[in-house]
Amino acid sequence: MEIVREVARKNAAVIFTKSWCCMCHSMKALLYELGASPAVYELDQHVNGTQMEWGLRALGCCPVVPVVFIGGTLVGSAEDIISLHVDGSLKHMLINAKAIWL
Amino acid sequence: MEDASPRTDSSTDADTEDKMSNQLQGIGASDGSDKSRDQKTLRRLAQNREAARKSRLRKKAYVQQLESSRMKLTQLEQELQRARQQGIFISSSGDQSQSIGGNGALAFDVEYARWLEEHNKRINELRGAVNSHAGDGELRIIVDGVVSQHDDIFRIKGDAAKADVFHILSGMWKTPAERCFLWLGGFRSSELLKLLINQLEPLTEQQLLAINNLQQSSQQAEDALSQGMEALQQSLAETLAGSLGPTGSSGNVANYMGQMAMAMGKLGTLEGFIRQADNLRQQTLQQMHRILTTRQSARALLAISDYFSRLRALSSLWLARPRE
Repeated sequence: MEIVREVARKNAAVIFTKSWCCMCHSMKALLYELGASPAVYELDQHVNGTQMEWGLRALGCCPVVPVVFIGGTLVGSAEDIISLHVDGSLKHMLINAKAIWL
Repeated sequence: MEDASPRTDSSTDADTEDKMSNQLQGIGASDGSDKSRDQKTLRRLAQNREAARKSRLRKKAYVQQLESSRMKLTQLEQELQRARQQGIFISSSGDQSQSIGGNGALAFDVEYARWLEEHNKRINELRGAVNSHAGDGELRIIVDGVVSQHDDIFRIKGDAAKADVFHILSGMWKTPAERCFLWLGGFRSSELLKLLINQLEPLTEQQLLAINNLQQSSQQAEDALSQGMEALQQSLAETLAGSLGPTGSSGNVANYMGQMAMAMGKLGTLEGFIRQADNLRQQTLQQMHRILTTRQSARALLAISDYFSRLRALSSLWLARPRE
Protein backbone atom coordinates (compact mmCIF):
# COMPACT_ATOMS: atom_id res chain seq x y z
CA MET A 1 0.00 0.00 0.00
CA GLU A 2 2.84 2.34 0.84
CA ILE A 3 4.33 2.16 -2.60
CA VAL A 4 0.98 3.10 -4.10
CA ARG A 5 0.57 6.09 -1.80
CA GLU A 6 4.13 7.13 -2.56
CA VAL A 7 3.47 7.09 -6.29
CA ALA A 8 0.18 8.95 -5.83
CA ARG A 9 1.85 11.63 -3.74
CA LYS A 10 4.64 12.29 -6.18
CA ASN A 11 2.41 12.87 -9.20
CA ALA A 12 -0.42 15.28 -9.83
CA ALA A 13 -2.25 12.55 -11.71
CA VAL A 14 -1.54 8.83 -11.84
CA ILE A 15 -3.19 5.98 -13.67
CA PHE A 16 -2.45 2.34 -12.92
CA THR A 17 -2.96 0.11 -15.96
CA LYS A 18 -2.07 -3.21 -17.49
CA SER A 19 -0.62 -3.34 -20.97
CA TRP A 20 -3.43 -5.46 -22.43
CA CYS A 21 -6.29 -3.65 -20.65
CA CYS A 22 -8.38 -1.76 -23.18
CA MET A 23 -10.54 0.03 -20.65
CA CYS A 24 -7.27 1.47 -19.34
CA HIS A 25 -6.63 2.67 -22.86
CA SER A 26 -10.00 4.46 -22.79
CA MET A 27 -9.37 6.17 -19.47
CA LYS A 28 -5.93 7.29 -20.57
CA ALA A 29 -7.49 8.71 -23.73
CA LEU A 30 -10.03 10.63 -21.67
CA LEU A 31 -7.40 12.15 -19.38
CA TYR A 32 -5.24 13.12 -22.35
CA GLU A 33 -8.28 14.67 -23.99
CA LEU A 34 -8.70 16.87 -20.92
CA GLY A 35 -5.10 17.99 -21.27
CA ALA A 36 -3.65 15.94 -18.45
CA SER A 37 -0.43 13.96 -18.68
CA PRO A 38 -0.89 11.37 -15.97
CA ALA A 39 1.99 9.20 -14.84
CA VAL A 40 1.25 5.75 -16.24
CA TYR A 41 2.20 2.66 -14.23
CA GLU A 42 1.72 -0.61 -16.09
CA LEU A 43 1.40 -3.22 -13.37
CA ASP A 44 2.35 -6.12 -15.64
CA GLN A 45 5.44 -4.34 -16.97
CA HIS A 46 6.72 -2.39 -14.00
CA VAL A 47 9.44 -3.86 -11.80
CA ASN A 48 7.32 -3.16 -8.70
CA GLY A 49 4.11 -4.11 -10.46
CA THR A 50 3.14 -6.99 -8.22
CA GLN A 51 3.62 -4.95 -5.07
CA MET A 52 1.56 -2.12 -6.48
CA GLU A 53 -1.19 -4.54 -7.44
CA TRP A 54 -1.38 -5.87 -3.89
CA GLY A 55 -1.46 -2.32 -2.62
CA LEU A 56 -4.35 -1.41 -4.91
CA ARG A 57 -6.32 -4.50 -3.95
CA ALA A 58 -5.73 -3.71 -0.29
CA LEU A 59 -7.26 -0.30 -0.93
CA GLY A 60 -10.34 -2.09 -2.23
CA CYS A 61 -9.81 -1.41 -5.91
CA CYS A 62 -11.84 -3.87 -7.90
CA PRO A 63 -11.22 -4.13 -10.83
CA VAL A 64 -7.59 -3.47 -10.04
CA VAL A 65 -7.11 -1.55 -13.29
CA PRO A 66 -7.67 1.12 -14.40
CA VAL A 67 -7.30 3.10 -11.18
CA VAL A 68 -6.75 6.84 -11.08
CA PHE A 69 -5.29 9.07 -8.36
CA ILE A 70 -5.49 12.85 -8.62
CA GLY A 71 -3.64 15.12 -6.21
CA GLY A 72 -2.75 12.12 -4.07
CA THR A 73 -6.40 11.14 -3.63
CA LEU A 74 -7.92 7.92 -4.91
CA VAL A 75 -10.48 8.81 -7.56
CA GLY A 76 -11.41 5.29 -8.55
CA SER A 77 -12.13 3.05 -11.50
CA ALA A 78 -13.52 3.72 -14.97
CA GLU A 79 -17.04 3.94 -13.57
CA ASP A 80 -16.02 6.68 -11.12
CA ILE A 81 -14.01 8.55 -13.69
CA ILE A 82 -16.89 8.66 -16.15
CA SER A 83 -19.36 9.78 -13.50
CA LEU A 84 -17.06 12.54 -12.29
CA HIS A 85 -16.32 13.61 -15.84
CA VAL A 86 -19.99 13.97 -16.73
CA ASP A 87 -20.82 16.20 -13.77
CA GLY A 88 -17.75 18.33 -14.36
CA SER A 89 -15.90 17.35 -11.18
CA LEU A 90 -13.05 15.54 -12.91
CA LYS A 91 -11.85 18.66 -14.67
CA HIS A 92 -11.94 20.64 -11.42
CA MET A 93 -9.95 17.98 -9.61
CA LEU A 94 -7.33 18.03 -12.33
CA ILE A 95 -7.11 21.82 -12.21
CA ASN A 96 -6.84 21.87 -8.41
CA ALA A 97 -4.07 19.29 -8.50
CA LYS A 98 -2.35 21.30 -11.20
CA ALA A 99 -2.53 18.33 -13.52
CA ILE A 100 -4.02 20.64 -16.14
CA TRP A 101 -4.06 24.38 -16.63
CA LEU A 102 -6.76 26.42 -18.32
CA MET B 1 -57.08 13.75 -104.22
CA GLU B 2 -57.68 12.05 -101.00
CA ASP B 3 -59.82 13.27 -98.30
CA ALA B 4 -58.25 11.85 -95.26
CA SER B 5 -59.94 13.02 -92.13
CA PRO B 6 -57.84 11.83 -89.27
CA ARG B 7 -59.71 10.41 -86.35
CA THR B 8 -58.32 12.09 -83.31
CA ASP B 9 -60.12 10.63 -80.31
CA SER B 10 -58.77 13.20 -77.97
CA SER B 11 -60.53 15.90 -79.84
CA THR B 12 -64.22 15.90 -80.40
CA ASP B 13 -64.00 19.30 -81.91
CA ALA B 14 -65.48 19.05 -85.37
CA ASP B 15 -63.81 22.29 -86.37
CA THR B 16 -60.35 20.82 -85.89
CA GLU B 17 -61.18 17.93 -88.13
CA ASP B 18 -62.50 20.26 -90.74
CA LYS B 19 -59.38 22.37 -90.52
CA MET B 20 -57.19 19.35 -91.01
CA SER B 21 -59.12 18.03 -94.00
CA ASN B 22 -59.00 21.51 -95.50
CA GLN B 23 -55.25 21.53 -95.08
CA LEU B 24 -55.01 18.15 -96.71
CA GLN B 25 -57.22 19.19 -99.51
CA GLY B 26 -55.07 22.25 -99.82
CA ILE B 27 -51.99 20.07 -100.08
CA GLY B 28 -53.63 17.67 -102.47
CA ALA B 29 -54.74 20.50 -104.66
CA SER B 30 -51.18 21.12 -105.87
CA ASP B 31 -49.41 19.30 -108.65
CA GLY B 32 -48.48 15.59 -108.93
CA SER B 33 -45.06 15.75 -107.29
CA ASP B 34 -46.92 16.18 -104.00
CA LYS B 35 -47.83 12.51 -104.02
CA SER B 36 -44.70 11.70 -102.02
CA ARG B 37 -45.57 14.53 -99.67
CA ASP B 38 -49.01 12.96 -99.24
CA GLN B 39 -47.41 9.68 -98.34
CA LYS B 40 -45.12 11.35 -95.85
CA THR B 41 -48.07 13.15 -94.38
CA LEU B 42 -50.07 9.93 -94.10
CA ARG B 43 -47.16 8.21 -92.42
CA ARG B 44 -46.78 11.09 -90.02
CA LEU B 45 -50.47 10.99 -89.18
CA ALA B 46 -50.34 7.26 -88.61
CA GLN B 47 -47.37 7.70 -86.30
CA ASN B 48 -49.18 10.45 -84.44
CA ARG B 49 -52.17 8.21 -83.95
CA GLU B 50 -49.95 5.46 -82.66
CA ALA B 51 -48.14 7.82 -80.30
CA ALA B 52 -51.42 9.20 -79.01
CA ARG B 53 -52.71 5.69 -78.40
CA LYS B 54 -49.62 4.69 -76.48
CA SER B 55 -49.79 7.88 -74.49
CA ARG B 56 -53.35 7.13 -73.49
CA LEU B 57 -52.39 3.63 -72.40
CA ARG B 58 -49.49 4.95 -70.32
CA LYS B 59 -51.74 7.50 -68.70
CA LYS B 60 -54.22 4.80 -67.83
CA ALA B 61 -51.52 2.62 -66.29
CA TYR B 62 -50.17 5.56 -64.30
CA VAL B 63 -53.57 6.40 -62.91
CA GLN B 64 -54.13 2.80 -61.89
CA GLN B 65 -50.78 2.79 -60.12
CA LEU B 66 -51.69 5.99 -58.30
CA GLU B 67 -54.96 4.47 -57.13
CA SER B 68 -53.33 1.37 -55.72
CA SER B 69 -50.59 3.45 -54.07
CA ARG B 70 -53.25 5.58 -52.47
CA MET B 71 -54.82 2.47 -50.97
CA LYS B 72 -51.45 1.26 -49.70
CA LEU B 73 -50.76 4.65 -48.20
CA THR B 74 -54.04 4.55 -46.29
CA GLN B 75 -53.15 1.10 -45.00
CA LEU B 76 -49.71 2.22 -43.91
CA GLU B 77 -51.10 5.26 -42.17
CA GLN B 78 -53.38 3.03 -40.15
CA GLU B 79 -50.51 0.75 -39.27
CA LEU B 80 -48.41 3.72 -38.29
CA GLN B 81 -51.15 4.94 -36.01
CA ARG B 82 -51.38 1.55 -34.37
CA ALA B 83 -47.59 1.27 -34.03
CA ARG B 84 -47.39 4.74 -32.50
CA GLN B 85 -49.98 3.89 -29.91
CA GLN B 86 -48.23 0.73 -28.97
CA GLY B 87 -44.75 2.06 -29.28
CA ILE B 88 -43.75 -1.57 -29.31
CA PHE B 89 -42.12 -2.91 -32.39
CA ILE B 90 -43.68 -6.18 -33.46
CA SER B 91 -41.56 -7.53 -36.25
CA SER B 92 -42.98 -9.01 -39.39
CA SER B 93 -41.62 -12.43 -40.29
CA GLY B 94 -38.75 -10.96 -42.29
CA ASP B 95 -36.69 -9.64 -39.41
CA GLN B 96 -36.62 -12.35 -36.78
CA SER B 97 -33.03 -13.29 -36.26
CA GLN B 98 -31.58 -16.21 -34.40
CA SER B 99 -31.12 -15.44 -30.74
CA ILE B 100 -27.70 -16.91 -30.30
CA GLY B 101 -27.67 -16.66 -26.55
CA GLY B 102 -30.82 -18.74 -26.49
CA ASN B 103 -32.86 -18.06 -23.40
CA GLY B 104 -30.81 -15.08 -22.25
CA ALA B 105 -31.44 -13.06 -25.36
CA LEU B 106 -35.07 -14.02 -25.70
CA ALA B 107 -35.78 -13.36 -22.04
CA PHE B 108 -34.29 -9.90 -22.36
CA ASP B 109 -36.29 -9.14 -25.50
CA VAL B 110 -39.47 -10.03 -23.64
CA GLU B 111 -38.51 -7.94 -20.62
CA TYR B 112 -37.61 -5.03 -22.82
CA ALA B 113 -40.94 -5.18 -24.63
CA ARG B 114 -42.73 -5.17 -21.31
CA TRP B 115 -40.62 -2.26 -20.09
CA LEU B 116 -41.45 -0.33 -23.23
CA GLU B 117 -45.16 -0.79 -22.67
CA GLU B 118 -44.88 0.47 -19.12
CA HIS B 119 -42.69 3.33 -20.24
CA ASN B 120 -45.21 4.46 -22.83
CA LYS B 121 -47.96 4.46 -20.22
CA ARG B 122 -45.93 6.73 -17.97
CA ILE B 123 -45.01 8.99 -20.85
CA ASN B 124 -48.68 9.38 -21.72
CA GLU B 125 -49.38 10.23 -18.11
CA LEU B 126 -46.61 12.81 -18.22
CA ARG B 127 -47.94 14.25 -21.46
CA GLY B 128 -51.37 14.58 -19.93
CA ALA B 129 -49.96 16.37 -16.90
CA VAL B 130 -47.90 18.77 -19.02
CA ASN B 131 -50.80 19.56 -21.35
CA SER B 132 -53.17 20.17 -18.48
CA HIS B 133 -50.65 22.58 -16.91
CA ALA B 134 -50.23 20.50 -13.78
CA GLY B 135 -48.33 22.02 -10.88
CA ASP B 136 -44.61 21.47 -10.32
CA GLY B 137 -45.23 19.14 -7.43
CA GLU B 138 -47.32 16.74 -9.47
CA LEU B 139 -44.95 16.97 -12.43
CA ARG B 140 -41.99 16.22 -10.19
CA ILE B 141 -43.55 12.99 -9.02
CA ILE B 142 -44.25 11.78 -12.54
CA VAL B 143 -40.83 12.87 -13.83
CA ASP B 144 -39.11 11.04 -10.98
CA GLY B 145 -41.15 7.98 -11.87
CA VAL B 146 -40.00 8.05 -15.47
CA VAL B 147 -36.38 8.59 -14.43
CA SER B 148 -36.45 5.68 -12.03
CA GLN B 149 -37.96 3.59 -14.81
CA HIS B 150 -35.00 4.48 -17.00
CA ASP B 151 -32.73 3.25 -14.21
CA ASP B 152 -34.65 -0.01 -14.26
CA ILE B 153 -33.91 -0.71 -17.89
CA PHE B 154 -30.22 0.04 -17.42
CA ARG B 155 -30.13 -2.48 -14.63
CA ILE B 156 -31.96 -5.06 -16.76
CA LYS B 157 -29.59 -4.39 -19.64
CA GLY B 158 -26.63 -4.86 -17.35
CA ASP B 159 -27.84 -8.27 -16.27
CA ALA B 160 -28.56 -9.23 -19.86
CA ALA B 161 -25.08 -8.11 -20.92
CA LYS B 162 -23.59 -10.44 -18.34
CA ALA B 163 -25.60 -13.31 -19.79
CA ASP B 164 -25.13 -12.49 -23.47
CA VAL B 165 -22.99 -9.48 -24.27
CA PHE B 166 -23.18 -10.04 -28.02
CA HIS B 167 -26.94 -9.86 -28.07
CA ILE B 168 -26.88 -6.44 -26.43
CA LEU B 169 -23.99 -5.33 -28.60
CA SER B 170 -25.79 -6.46 -31.75
CA GLY B 171 -28.75 -4.22 -31.07
CA MET B 172 -31.10 -6.90 -32.37
CA TRP B 173 -33.41 -6.12 -29.48
CA LYS B 174 -33.96 -2.68 -31.03
CA THR B 175 -35.86 -1.89 -34.20
CA PRO B 176 -33.95 -1.51 -37.48
CA ALA B 177 -33.99 2.27 -37.67
CA GLU B 178 -32.74 2.51 -34.09
CA ARG B 179 -29.92 0.20 -35.01
CA CYS B 180 -28.68 2.80 -37.49
CA PHE B 181 -27.55 4.86 -34.55
CA LEU B 182 -26.24 2.04 -32.40
CA TRP B 183 -23.19 2.78 -30.33
CA LEU B 184 -21.89 0.24 -27.82
CA GLY B 185 -25.29 -1.36 -27.36
CA GLY B 186 -27.41 1.79 -27.15
CA PHE B 187 -27.89 5.42 -28.07
CA ARG B 188 -25.31 8.22 -28.01
CA SER B 189 -26.13 10.64 -25.23
CA SER B 190 -24.21 13.41 -26.96
CA GLU B 191 -26.46 13.12 -30.02
CA LEU B 192 -29.57 13.05 -27.87
CA LEU B 193 -28.53 16.26 -26.17
CA LYS B 194 -27.91 17.92 -29.52
CA LEU B 195 -31.49 17.11 -30.52
CA LEU B 196 -32.88 18.34 -27.24
CA ILE B 197 -31.19 21.71 -27.11
CA ASN B 198 -33.65 23.21 -29.57
CA GLN B 199 -36.65 21.62 -27.90
CA LEU B 200 -35.80 22.85 -24.44
CA GLU B 201 -36.03 26.58 -24.98
CA PRO B 202 -36.26 28.87 -23.18
CA LEU B 203 -33.07 28.10 -21.30
CA THR B 204 -31.20 30.54 -19.14
CA GLU B 205 -27.67 31.37 -20.24
CA GLN B 206 -26.35 29.34 -17.36
CA GLN B 207 -28.44 26.37 -18.39
CA LEU B 208 -27.39 26.67 -22.00
CA LEU B 209 -23.75 26.70 -20.98
CA ALA B 210 -24.23 23.73 -18.69
CA ILE B 211 -26.06 21.71 -21.35
CA ASN B 212 -23.37 22.47 -23.91
CA ASN B 213 -20.68 21.42 -21.46
CA LEU B 214 -22.61 18.26 -20.74
CA GLN B 215 -22.89 17.50 -24.42
CA GLN B 216 -19.16 18.02 -24.85
CA SER B 217 -18.27 15.87 -21.84
CA SER B 218 -20.55 13.15 -23.07
CA GLN B 219 -18.91 13.24 -26.47
CA GLN B 220 -15.43 13.10 -24.95
CA ALA B 221 -16.32 10.06 -22.89
CA GLU B 222 -17.91 8.39 -25.93
CA ASP B 223 -14.76 8.98 -27.95
CA ALA B 224 -12.60 7.58 -25.17
CA LEU B 225 -14.69 4.43 -24.93
CA SER B 226 -14.67 4.06 -28.71
CA GLN B 227 -10.90 4.24 -28.71
CA GLY B 228 -10.73 1.50 -26.12
CA MET B 229 -13.03 -0.67 -28.25
CA GLU B 230 -10.80 -0.14 -31.28
CA ALA B 231 -7.80 -1.13 -29.23
CA LEU B 232 -9.68 -4.24 -28.16
CA GLN B 233 -10.50 -5.17 -31.74
CA GLN B 234 -6.92 -4.70 -32.81
CA SER B 235 -5.59 -6.65 -29.88
CA LEU B 236 -8.03 -9.49 -30.55
CA ALA B 237 -7.08 -9.59 -34.22
CA GLU B 238 -3.40 -9.69 -33.38
CA THR B 239 -3.91 -12.48 -30.90
CA LEU B 240 -5.82 -14.61 -33.39
CA ALA B 241 -3.42 -13.88 -36.22
CA GLY B 242 -0.56 -14.82 -33.94
CA SER B 243 -1.95 -18.29 -33.55
CA LEU B 244 -1.71 -18.89 -37.27
CA GLY B 245 1.23 -20.94 -38.37
CA PRO B 246 2.32 -24.37 -39.65
CA THR B 247 0.09 -27.01 -38.09
CA GLY B 248 1.14 -30.34 -36.69
CA SER B 249 3.84 -29.68 -34.14
CA SER B 250 2.83 -30.02 -30.51
CA GLY B 251 4.48 -26.70 -29.71
CA ASN B 252 2.07 -24.97 -32.02
CA VAL B 253 -0.92 -26.69 -30.49
CA ALA B 254 0.06 -25.39 -27.08
CA ASN B 255 0.60 -21.99 -28.65
CA TYR B 256 -2.81 -22.13 -30.28
CA MET B 257 -4.54 -23.00 -27.05
CA GLY B 258 -2.68 -20.32 -25.16
CA GLN B 259 -3.65 -17.71 -27.69
CA MET B 260 -7.25 -18.88 -27.70
CA ALA B 261 -7.27 -18.50 -23.93
CA MET B 262 -5.92 -14.97 -24.31
CA ALA B 263 -8.55 -14.16 -26.92
CA MET B 264 -11.24 -15.48 -24.59
CA GLY B 265 -10.00 -13.15 -21.90
CA LYS B 266 -10.22 -10.23 -24.26
CA LEU B 267 -13.76 -11.06 -25.30
CA GLY B 268 -14.62 -11.08 -21.64
CA THR B 269 -13.78 -7.40 -21.33
CA LEU B 270 -16.54 -6.46 -23.79
CA GLU B 271 -19.10 -6.56 -21.03
CA GLY B 272 -17.15 -3.86 -19.20
CA PHE B 273 -17.41 -1.57 -22.19
CA ILE B 274 -21.17 -2.02 -22.46
CA ARG B 275 -21.44 -1.35 -18.75
CA GLN B 276 -19.48 1.88 -18.97
CA ALA B 277 -21.40 2.97 -22.07
CA ASP B 278 -24.66 2.49 -20.16
CA ASN B 279 -23.12 4.20 -17.15
CA LEU B 280 -22.33 7.16 -19.38
CA ARG B 281 -25.91 7.24 -20.65
CA GLN B 282 -27.33 7.12 -17.17
CA GLN B 283 -24.98 9.76 -15.78
CA THR B 284 -25.66 12.08 -18.70
CA LEU B 285 -29.41 11.84 -18.22
CA GLN B 286 -29.07 12.41 -14.48
CA GLN B 287 -26.88 15.45 -14.99
CA MET B 288 -29.35 16.79 -17.54
CA HIS B 289 -32.14 16.60 -14.99
CA ARG B 290 -29.98 18.45 -12.47
CA ILE B 291 -29.54 21.31 -14.90
CA LEU B 292 -33.19 21.58 -15.94
CA THR B 293 -36.26 22.72 -14.05
CA THR B 294 -39.02 20.21 -13.40
CA ARG B 295 -41.07 21.49 -16.30
CA GLN B 296 -38.09 21.45 -18.63
CA SER B 297 -37.24 17.91 -17.54
CA ALA B 298 -40.80 16.87 -18.31
CA ARG B 299 -40.58 18.34 -21.79
CA ALA B 300 -37.18 16.74 -22.32
CA LEU B 301 -38.50 13.31 -21.40
CA LEU B 302 -41.44 13.76 -23.75
CA ALA B 303 -39.16 14.88 -26.57
CA ILE B 304 -36.83 11.91 -26.08
CA SER B 305 -39.72 9.49 -25.97
CA ASP B 306 -41.30 10.98 -29.10
CA TYR B 307 -38.04 10.77 -30.95
CA PHE B 308 -37.59 7.08 -30.24
CA SER B 309 -41.26 6.44 -31.00
CA ARG B 310 -40.74 7.93 -34.43
CA LEU B 311 -37.70 5.76 -35.02
CA ARG B 312 -39.75 2.72 -34.11
CA ALA B 313 -42.59 3.82 -36.37
CA LEU B 314 -40.09 4.34 -39.18
CA SER B 315 -38.88 0.81 -38.62
CA SER B 316 -42.42 -0.51 -38.93
CA LEU B 317 -42.93 1.37 -42.18
CA TRP B 318 -39.66 0.11 -43.49
CA LEU B 319 -40.48 -3.51 -42.75
CA ALA B 320 -43.95 -3.18 -44.27
CA ARG B 321 -42.71 -1.51 -47.44
CA PRO B 322 -43.85 -3.07 -50.75
CA ARG B 323 -41.13 -5.11 -52.36
CA GLU B 324 -40.90 -6.27 -55.97
